[in-house]
Amino acid sequence: MPAPTQLFFPLVRNCELSRIYGTACYCHHKHLCCSSPYLSQSHLRYTNHPAYATFSRPKESWWQYTQGRRYASTPQKFYLTPPQVNSILKANEYSFKVPEFDGKNVSSILGFDSNQLPANAPIEDRRSAATCLQTRGMLLGVFDGHAGCACSQAVSERLFYYIAVSLLPHETLLEIENAVESGRALLPILQWHKHPNDYFSKEASKLYFNSLRTYWQELIDLNTGESADIDVKEALINAFKRLDNDISLEAQVGDPNSFLNYLVLRVAFSGATACVAHVDGVDLHVANTGDSRAMLGVQEEDGSWSAVTLSNDHNAQNEREVERLKLEHPKNEAKSVVKQDRLLGLLMPFRAFGDVKFKWSIDLQKRVIESGPDQLNDNEYTKFIPPNYHTPPYLTAEPEVTYHRLRPQDKFLVLATDGLWETMHRHDVVKIVGEYLTGMHHQQPIAVGGYKVTLGQMHGLLTERRAKMSSVFEDQNAATHLIRHAVGNNEFGAVDHERLSKMLSLPEELARMYRDDITIIVVQFNSHVVGAYQNQE
Amino acid sequence: MFHRFLSIIRSQRTSPRWQNQCLARSSASASEAHSVTLPAQAEVVICGGGITGTSVAYHLSKMGWKDIVLLEQGRLAAGSTRFCAGILSTARHLTIEQKMADYSNKLYQQLEQETGIQTGYVRTGSVFLAQTQDRLISLKRINSRLNVIGIPSEIISPKKVAELHPFLNMHDLVGAMHVPEDAVVSSADVALALASAASQNGVQIYDRTSVLHVMVKKGQVTGVETDKGQIECRYFVNCAGQWAYELGLSNEEPVSIPLHACEHFYLLTRPLETPLQNNTPTIVDPDGRIYIRNWQGGILSGGFEKNPKPIFTEGKNQLEIQNLQEDWDHFEPLLSSLLRRMPELETLEIMKLVNCPETFTPDMRCIMGESPAVRGYFVLAGMNSAGLSFGGGAGKYLAEWIVNGYPSENVWELDLKRFGALQSSRTFLRHRVMEVMPLIYDLKVPRWDFQTGRQLRTSPLYDRLDAQGARWMEKHGFERPKYFVPPDKDLLALEQSKTFYKPDWFDIVEAEVKCCKEAVCVIDMSSFTKFEITSTGDQALDVLQFLFSNDLDVPVGHIVHTGMLNETGGYENDCSIARLSKRSFFMISPTDQQVHCWAWLRKHMPEDSSLVLEDVTWKYTALNLIGPRAVDVLSELSYAPMTPDHFPTLFCKEMSVGYANGIRVMSMTHTGEPGFMLYIPIEYALHVYNEVMNVGQKYGIRNSGYYALRSLRIEKFFAFWGQDLNTLTTPLECGRESRVKLDKGMDFMGQDALLQQKQNGVYKRFTMFILEDHDTDLDLWPWWGEPIYRNGRYAGQTTSSAYSYSLERHVCLGFVHNFSEDTGEEQVVTVDFINRGEYEIDIAGCRFQAKAKLYPIASLFTHKRRKDDVELSDLHGK
Repeated sequence: MPAPTQLFFPLVRNCELSRIYGTACYCHHKHLCCSSPYLSQSHLRYTNHPAYATFSRPKESWWQYTQGRRYASTPQKFYLTPPQVNSILKANEYSFKVPEFDGKNVSSILGFDSNQLPANAPIEDRRSAATCLQTRGMLLGVFDGHAGCACSQAVSERLFYYIAVSLLPHETLLEIENAVESGRALLPILQWHKHPNDYFSKEASKLYFNSLRTYWQELIDLNTGESADIDVKEALINAFKRLDNDISLEAQVGDPNSFLNYLVLRVAFSGATACVAHVDGVDLHVANTGDSRAMLGVQEEDGSWSAVTLSNDHNAQNEREVERLKLEHPKNEAKSVVKQDRLLGLLMPFRAFGDVKFKWSIDLQKRVIESGPDQLNDNEYTKFIPPNYHTPPYLTAEPEVTYHRLRPQDKFLVLATDGLWETMHRHDVVKIVGEYLTGMHHQQPIAVGGYKVTLGQMHGLLTERRAKMSSVFEDQNAATHLIRHAVGNNEFGAVDHERLSKMLSLPEELARMYRDDITIIVVQFNSHVVGAYQNQE
Repeated sequence: MFHRFLSIIRSQRTSPRWQNQCLARSSASASEAHSVTLPAQAEVVICGGGITGTSVAYHLSKMGWKDIVLLEQGRLAAGSTRFCAGILSTARHLTIEQKMADYSNKLYQQLEQETGIQTGYVRTGSVFLAQTQDRLISLKRINSRLNVIGIPSEIISPKKVAELHPFLNMHDLVGAMHVPEDAVVSSADVALALASAASQNGVQIYDRTSVLHVMVKKGQVTGVETDKGQIECRYFVNCAGQWAYELGLSNEEPVSIPLHACEHFYLLTRPLETPLQNNTPTIVDPDGRIYIRNWQGGILSGGFEKNPKPIFTEGKNQLEIQNLQEDWDHFEPLLSSLLRRMPELETLEIMKLVNCPETFTPDMRCIMGESPAVRGYFVLAGMNSAGLSFGGGAGKYLAEWIVNGYPSENVWELDLKRFGALQSSRTFLRHRVMEVMPLIYDLKVPRWDFQTGRQLRTSPLYDRLDAQGARWMEKHGFERPKYFVPPDKDLLALEQSKTFYKPDWFDIVEAEVKCCKEAVCVIDMSSFTKFEITSTGDQALDVLQFLFSNDLDVPVGHIVHTGMLNETGGYENDCSIARLSKRSFFMISPTDQQVHCWAWLRKHMPEDSSLVLEDVTWKYTALNLIGPRAVDVLSELSYAPMTPDHFPTLFCKEMSVGYANGIRVMSMTHTGEPGFMLYIPIEYALHVYNEVMNVGQKYGIRNSGYYALRSLRIEKFFAFWGQDLNTLTTPLECGRESRVKLDKGMDFMGQDALLQQKQNGVYKRFTMFILEDHDTDLDLWPWWGEPIYRNGRYAGQTTSSAYSYSLERHVCLGFVHNFSEDTGEEQVVTVDFINRGEYEIDIAGCRFQAKAKLYPIASLFTHKRRKDDVELSDLHGK
């Protein structure tokens, strides 16, 4: 086992290294100035050094800080005004309404709201949403990157194409291949719904396209002639695995273009979890890899809200995952494979894209690094081999797919990265979104009916209710509203502006200690259409 | 009948008031009601047993009419009347409203004595609070007007307010108005008392009887179809409150009654520890949007919130009625306001929050009068939550209207005919009442415009003018330009400022007026009502000669200014009529005359298929070219000489302008300035406008708006119908003898009255006042309705006012009366009487000296000599 102390303590040359590192992995952290940038990530942790252990436990410290209300004593002197708070919260918000035909929306989805709030700078979370054009259905996903944003960026760009291609019938695949072959115009596959800040890397698109083309060529070749119905679950699993495989291969093969070569390596050496929903009529599939989560908001007949979880977290809290890992590796590794609730004592999610450090053999890793560009060679992190690394791969991108048949009472779906779930209980999430979406009508009206109430008491009660309501009206986007609550909620579950202002005005390097990147997509279902589907049968 | 009725009253009196009353009636009387059969016919059928319906019945029976049936779908005095807060307040913005409320007050006061039914009338007085200086100005204006019609009121200091009410927080007040004779009363009991008195006079009252629709034959009411059978009748009165709209539309020939209901909330509390005196004054805090009255030792407080909840948009809806629940969240701002005003009430226990829908109209004035479409169909509804205050007076006016054919006061401001079918859109009403309801407590400043329900009727040039900076006002649904904001002006700052002082558009309008006087301006005046009357023979001329006071038998191509008078010689309309040919006439009237004038002509024109009356308002776009250079613009565009020698004033000719043919050019401008009106078929509107603007450029042409027009016409003493003239003013009273041809060789309407007036002299006289010691920059501006004082004594009110840029003075127009010093009786007003007076105009309690004039100032009419081209280029270069 290498001695990380020696490896990492030269970080006193922080500036220099971070410059190298900054160019090496352009979107990495710069926070926690006295600590190594990559140690502070929630997903990665090096346990060998006790000093680092405390430093690199942002979640724990976050809880200490917030619960002890210590954050109040941090030397933050400036406060944000409500408009400033709003402009921060709304900077990344995006809403999409499914267009109506003849005044009717025949889709089971009314639309979706999405938003993200960075804690890392730049943010490592990504989100995607697209409508499948050659098959029915809509794809929505959140991606939580770690060790940089390269992998989550790549997955957010590419995964939906892989899924869409997996779903395409044989004839369509042939048609597309023929079009490419003869240079004709391609059938569009996806209609993206993107926020202006959600970018696609132009440089790599050719490379990505070629990988995708290889995939569908293989699908065409594999076709046995029987035009069986394509199973969505299988398609999702295949797409996830294939993309991860391609990421890994591209890194091994490299690219003559040095920029691209470096890019594919960065993608492979960083990691990302993914939580993707595919909605087609009443059929809802959720494919999850890692610790993001999909949650269904169900409105009971009495108007109350309950949450149905549609994904399992792949982390140490999930016993079945721990069990799976232990089964996949020799008995003697049972203790080291999951250590201190992390994979090999390092990684929080137990499934992820990229992260070839947990997938490749040591030989392969060394070979690729040595032949790779200098930046990579100089990077201490990539060179570092996880401890107790005996029987790779330790990590997979294979998703767990859940199927749910939508019912009229299923009002919305929340897809969010762990940044949300670790600050809010799922019941609160569903309640806040539910009350937001249904608006004021469902707030129980007050009736005096026989009780002794004075004007003063009533006034107090009403002011309180209005304060609650006003925060609803501030947001036009359910995801924004949820973030406002996640960040600004006080002990009583109400948004506290002072707290919100403090949390949002934290300097970049401190923000990560108090919260993680939060990315949320709230999909609203069309109960009428869902009900109509149900009645058809 | 009457005994049965009294039993109803008794059963109601025993039940606890305010609560559970909807359930009250005993089943015995209910079954009794079913057994009663309706009379087969009656003179008048009144629908609605609320305060307005019973008031109309009461007054009709008082005036001697006996054969009257009143139908109520539920129980008497239910609906809004039942839940009304019971505040009678005379502090209103319109004089006619003040008079109605004053009459109601006096009526209700003696009602208990007259009928023996307790009405709960207590003279508490009311106090209107002002939190801002602007509000205080508004109160002062009301105060001066109340005083002159004999209602005592005074402006008091905050300290004095505290003396009037035990626990009022007065620290944020700048002043208040105290109206000591205002009262509180139980409106339901008032309605029952009125019904009882009417019943004693022979009115038959049937409750639990719904009117299904009104039967109409040949545009005349013939009867009423109810759920208990038919009643034949000559007159039908729709007093159905918030259901009046639906009832109006239920006829075969629909009657449009534009009103819409909004939910209205008020709070009732249990008594205070030391119960509030029952003569504690009512507090109205318009800046806080609330009213507070004493109620059974506790308080009753409601208000008119900023975000009203319209209701019953889709008509009567059982579900919505049942869902009329207390909405505390909605009431929260008003409750906060109440506790701010009376912090000590914190510990007071709530009894309930009452939700009582109130009806609102598109312009916050009630609706009364006869339908323009159906004769004999009368309406009294849309009380804008002042049903109790207006009920008595409005009922009286309507009864007079039915019996005499016209009410004793000018009620044009409340006349149903001020609306057309265009205001009956449900969407329009819903949006508009959401603006109207808050307006009840909003500050009413001069020249405000409604924001909702706009851009309904527009000229084809609307977009064009809008792009050039036009600011718009609305009249009868039609968008009219007020003025044009120059490109360099800050647009946001302009529009937002509400003021009683010098407005921010002062300089803009000044430039427009100057341009009208020195060069040429173009005003889009398409909104004016335009009728064409044609006939195959001489019928058109005959009927017009009968209906109009001036001689219309003029050569073809001449324009005649004339009044359309009623039997008493009063103006029903003031218009300009152009004789297009021997047998066709083109008639131009004010915008809001569209319905009224149409109804009047229809009513008085003989049924003759050879006589055709057509409303051509929509067919023509009207451009008014004002200014000495209009001649040049037009002659250049038409290649025809337009000088006064070839085209004398008050002359009309069809000619070509630009490429467009058939443009009616009239040498008049409605302002007394030289210029032309162009009546352009709408498809040519854009072309002609563009040509005029292009050619006009070298003559310094610019767009102008109605504010400039208004300033120009008022400084020349031009009266406008609807503002200065009404059905109670005759041509002789406003110095328009020249427009009356008493000897035109045939009788005309109002001739006898005018002849008599000519002999006896007039009792009021339209006069122009020029304010002497008024500082335009610093003093409050006159608006209209300011009291006129002659030698220190009240002599009348102004009807309109404007700043004259030529005289550099404010000009007010108004009527001077001669009230006898001893009796207050009106006496003859002579020219000498006018000339010998020293006049003052009272603007919000501050009197300004004014010079009275009976004739326009001649120097304003002397048209400037046309200048040479050298100077013209100077103008161009500016």
